[in-house]
Formats: sequence, structure tokens, C-alpha cells
Amino acid sequence: MVLERDPALDVVDMPINMGPQHPSTHGVFRMVLVVNGEKIVDLVPHIGYMHRGGEKLMEAMDFRQGIGYCDRTEYLAQFSAELAYCLAVERLMDLQVPERAEYIRVILTEMNRLSSHFMFAGAFGVDAGVFATSFTYAFPQREFLQEVFEEVSGDRLMYAYFRVGGLAWEVPDNFVQRVHEVLVHSAQGLKDIDDLLTKNEIFMARCQNIGSFSAQRAIAYGLSGPMLRASGVPWDLRKDEPYSIYDRFNFEVPVGNYGDVYDRYLVRIEEMRQSISIIEQALEQLPPDGPIVPEKMPRRLRTPPGEVYAKVEAPRGEWGVYLVSKGGDKPYRLKMRSPSFCNLSALREMTIGHYLADAVMILGSMDIVLCDVDR
Amino acid sequence: MTMLLSAPAIDMPGALASVLGLVAITLVMTVGVAYATWYERKIIARMQLRLGPTRVGPFGLLQPIADMLKLLVKEDLRPATADPIAFELAVFAIFIPSFLAFVAVPFTADWLISPLPLSLLYLLAISGLSFIGFLMAGWGSDNKYALLGGMRAAAQLISYEIPLILAMVGVVMVTASADVYQIILFQDRIPLIVWQPLGFIIFLTASIAEVERPPFDIPTGESEVAGGVFIEYSGIRWSMFQLSSYVNMYVFALLGAFVFLGGWEWPFGRDIGWGYQLLLTVSKMALFIFFYLWIRASFPRMRVDQLMSYAWKVLIPFALLQIFLNGLFIVYDAPGVVLAASSWAAAGGLMYLAFHVVRRGEPRKPLQMISVRATAVAARSAS
Repeated sequence: MVLERDPALDVVDMPINMGPQHPSTHGVFRMVLVVNGEKIVDLVPHIGYMHRGGEKLMEAMDFRQGIGYCDRTEYLAQFSAELAYCLAVERLMDLQVPERAEYIRVILTEMNRLSSHFMFAGAFGVDAGVFATSFTYAFPQREFLQEVFEEVSGDRLMYAYFRVGGLAWEVPDNFVQRVHEVLVHSAQGLKDIDDLLTKNEIFMARCQNIGSFSAQRAIAYGLSGPMLRASGVPWDLRKDEPYSIYDRFNFEVPVGNYGDVYDRYLVRIEEMRQSISIIEQALEQLPPDGPIVPEKMPRRLRTPPGEVYAKVEAPRGEWGVYLVSKGGDKPYRLKMRSPSFCNLSALREMTIGHYLADAVMILGSMDIVLCDVDR
Repeated sequence: MTMLLSAPAIDMPGALASVLGLVAITLVMTVGVAYATWYERKIIARMQLRLGPTRVGPFGLLQPIADMLKLLVKEDLRPATADPIAFELAVFAIFIPSFLAFVAVPFTADWLISPLPLSLLYLLAISGLSFIGFLMAGWGSDNKYALLGGMRAAAQLISYEIPLILAMVGVVMVTASADVYQIILFQDRIPLIVWQPLGFIIFLTASIAEVERPPFDIPTGESEVAGGVFIEYSGIRWSMFQLSSYVNMYVFALLGAFVFLGGWEWPFGRDIGWGYQLLLTVSKMALFIFFYLWIRASFPRMRVDQLMSYAWKVLIPFALLQIFLNGLFIVYDAPGVVLAASSWAAAGGLMYLAFHVVRRGEPRKPLQMISVRATAVAARSAS
């Protein structure tokens, strides 16, 4: 931390402690800002308030229990986290997931992306200073999506619905019809958010050319997801290293030109449109019936010794699970590569030189989940 | 007050009536402001797909009373390290001027506490006093957020005072009077908004900034400075801050209604009864307040440097332009149509400038949509 004293004016930079109980740090995140007037001179992020030793905990859980912990780590994109974990175990065990289960996984994961990005749009508007209107526009849509998740999994937050090899149980009979209904709401909610924020003069003035990050710096920091794509790097795991059945869908990856806060917002909004399109395609191709777990599913999950890294394109970026097994029903070592943590590492470089109010916008544009940062 | 009463130049019954009138206004306004919060919560709730207060009383009408009671009995805290004098007196430094403004407000043709020949000047002057209170609160709280908020408030209030006053100077040039009462009488047929649209836009913008409402709520920005100067206040002191901020909103809404929309005069003339006049005043004021709420529900907050540059680079030059146009109008004794046309043209110019020139330079490229598989490595080697 640098506290510079200006000898001519006899002023000194002022450190300000923002968080962990600040309304716009999106959870228990704390940053110490050093400001010169309103300009930020230095920033020191402090994380770890939510640290629960998740990776260690998961070493004590067998492969089915671990799925539940993934929900608790990435609580806005639970299905993505579950999917990464299941993919890792499946690759280690060399399990083939049935068609129908793959499609339902993709539908739910993409719906989860929608709900996560709705959360981003709502909270980002509040960061920009809209008096909760973006929030009240986005949250009903999130609620509709969550209703479907609840009907499918029985839970509103901790779904634990994916299983190694497939799904926990069959979806409700009216699943396809319900998803179609909800997609109509989501498209409408997307339009509402778009009308409210995207072309708003003040919003544009607040977002454009703030927190710009070049493609080189973004790659150097290991950013991923919308943060990386806004900086102009066309990198989307669903396209570049297709997992599950993502190579069967036609969709486009939005890539920004400026790498600023506004591009990150636009990329997320566009991703929501693409998600809706992916879900519609998946609903069309969804096999009407079929197994949802492999036929020769072992009663106890035991992996052969080995190590594997499985990654998915979660709403916030690359959510990876690195799993080492020495045989048996528990991981020997498990590492979660969470996008929130890696993206947050760029906060200091992005923020210095901007105004105090911009720090809030930049942090908001990262769309971090603190549980995901601290694990 | 003793000085006021013992001064020989003032006749006793008149002074007493003024004091009583002010007390009455204070009481009425306190309740009125409480219901302004109800109005605000209901209107904004509807804009946000919510219902607003519904539980306490019919349509939640008793909610403000419940809120007031809750705030009254809440503990009045003061941080141990705060400057006691600055911290506690700051409330009054904001509260008293905001209520004193009502001395010169003519609610109807006959209902006016004190006729002042320069009441417009008085209103602007008294409403400009509150920044001292914000500075005191910001400095006295011994909190960095409060300090930032106080400094922001001082900078903002002083900056936006200037376009506000300049817009009013234009009005005074047209009406040849600095008395709000005379300005209302001037608008018996056509309200001043027709003659001075540029002045009106400048007034409207600057008045939102003066009452620190979104998008200019930078001193109290919840997502940045977490309440700004109010951060350390609680209970009755906090509610007095809120009260005076709402009263300020009332004052500026009334000022706008009187100066630009013809107050109780336009469009029915001054011979209708005082009840109708009051209704007209209140409905015009409610129109302004509705506009403030609408803005609040739909606009993000500006940044402090954008706020400053908007005042100094856009509003003040245009306010001077309005004065210049009015000066030409007076010197050459041009017909009123010319004045109105020039002001409308200038208002259009202001809007165009705010939209297209001040904002930024070249248009932004849209997002690229990539549909084929392309690894980052390939993209980098290609570019």
C-alpha cells in the first residue's frame, strides 16, 4: 500500500476500508482503497471471510456427497459446478452418460446461466445507482427459473440433482412445457433490462472506458468467462473444448472490443440470448424417454487411481475440478479452479487510477461469488 | 426570536402572525413530508413491479406514522470520536434553513406568511445554506465515508447553485421582478415555461442536484459511500435529515411550479377561490415531485466528475446564453415570439449537446459474434 504525501499541499492519501459490510461488495469482500480525493491510488483486496476449507472437506466426502458441496461453493451457478465435478469423476471412471441425461444437464445448466446473469444484471444496475429497479426487473425472472429448478430437484438453492453418470431422478412430466413457459418470461425480462440500462446515457457514461483490460493482460491474469471475452479473446469452453454435448448446438460467442465494464455487461446480456437459443435447440432434440443413468452403474462409486481435470464454462468463467484419486470412493486431493477467484485477482490493476465510484462498478462487473472466491 | 419581537420597526401582531404561520407550516409540512415518503414508496413500487406499503392502514396510509414513531424511539447514537458540537448542530444547520424557505412561499393569492419584495432571491439564498450543515456533518462524524459525502455535497451544492441562480436571473429579466408573487401574476395567460424553456430545463436539472436526488444523489450514494453524511446518524437526527431533504424537494417543486408553471394563477386566473388555488399549487408541485421520483426509479447515478463537468461545461454556459438572449430581447424590444423561439432553439441545442457531443467521441464498435470454433491461440496469431 502506498500512502504518498504531497509536500506542496501538505495532504496525504487517505485509506478507506470498503467492506466486508459495505452494500456493494457483493458479500463479505473487503478492499482497502487508498484515495487521493476521489481518485484511487492503491487497492488491497482482502478475501477469506467465507473460507471453509472446502477442498479439504471434499477429501472426506465420497463422490456422491461431493456434489452437494459444489452447490455450496458456486451458489449462483450450482448446476455448472455440479457438472464439472460429475465430469471429472465420470472421466476417471470412464462412464458414458446417457443421451437424455446429457440434454437435461445442458438445459438446466443453461437455465442456470440465465438466472446467474439475471442476478448480475440486477445487482450491477444497483451498483450503478439505479434505485433497485433493475433488481426488481431481474428477480422475478430468476424466480421463474428457480421454480423449474425446484420442481426438478426439490430444492431452491442447493440442487444436488446431477449424479455421477447421469441424474438423480427423472424430471417431472411437464418439464418441457414448463421450460418453454419460463423461456418466454426470460426473454421478456431480458428485454426489460435491456430497455432500462443498455442505452441509458448515464449508464453508458458510467460504464464505458472504465476498467479497460487488454487481451494480453486478461490472459496473463488468467481471466475467463465474460471478463476474458469482453477483452476480445474468443475463448469459450463450450466452443473450444466442447464437453457434454455442446458441439451439437448452434450458438454464437459474443466477444467485446474494449474490455471495459460496458463490454462485460453487453457480453453477459448477449450470452443470455444465446443461452435461450441453446435451451430451445436442446428441448427440440431432447429424446422423449430413455435412461438417465448408465445401465451398468456400480452401486458404490469407486474410481481407479489417476488424476483428471474437468472444466466447464460456468457463467463466471472456467469452473474446473482437478481430482486426484488413489482408488477408493473418496478423492485423494481435489482442487477447485473457481473463476471468481482468478477474475478478482485483476481488480487492483483495473481499478487504480479510476474514481471511487468506478471501483464499485468494476467490482460489480466481475460478478464475483464470494463463496466461490474463498471456497 | 426575541430580537425579532423586540425590534421596534416590526409591528407586533404581524410578527406574531408570521411566527405562528411558520410554526403551522412546520407542523403541516412535517406530516406532509411523511406522506411524501408514502407517495414516493407507492409510486416507485409501481414502477418496480411491487406494491409498496400495504400492511399498516388502508393502502398502507398509516405506514409513515409507524415509521415516524419507530424513528422517534430509536436510540440516538453518537460515535465516541465524533466532534459533538459539529455532529449535533449539523442537523439544525440543515433543518432550519429548509423550513425557513416557507416564509416566502405564496401558496395561494392570499396565503403567504411574509410578503418579501425579493422573495425569489430569499428562496435561493436560504436553500443554498444547507451545504454548511452537510460539511459539518461530514467533518463532525469522524467517518471517512461521511467526510467524502460531505465534501461531495459541498462541491455539488455550490456548483449547481450557479446554473440555478443564472436560470432565475433570466426569469427575473423577463418578468422584471424578483418577487415570486409578481412572477406568478406575470403568468396570467401564458406560463413562463413557454418563454423560457431553456431556463426551465436548467432549473429542473439543477434543482434535482440541489435536493440531491438521483441521478445526482452522489453525496449519499448508497452503493459508493453507503449513505454519505448520514452514515453515523440514527433515530431522530437521521429522520430530521430526511425530513429536511424532503422539505427541500417540496421547496424546489413549489419554486418550479410558481416560476415556470404559473403557480395558482395559470390557467384559471386569480379569481377562483383559495381552495382551487391551493389545489392547483399542490397538483403542480406533485407533478414536479412525480418527475423526481420517476427519474429516481429509472436512472443510474452519475459520477462526481461527470456531475461537475455537466454543471460547469454544459449548464452554466447555456444559462449564460439564456441571459444573453433575454438581454437582446430587452435591448431591442423584440416581440415575445422571438424570445420564445430562441429559447426553444437553445433548449434543443442543449439537449443535442448533452446527447451527442459531450458524451464521447467516436461511436463504439458492436460486439463480435463468433460462431465457429476458434481457440484463443489461433485468434492471437491471426491478429
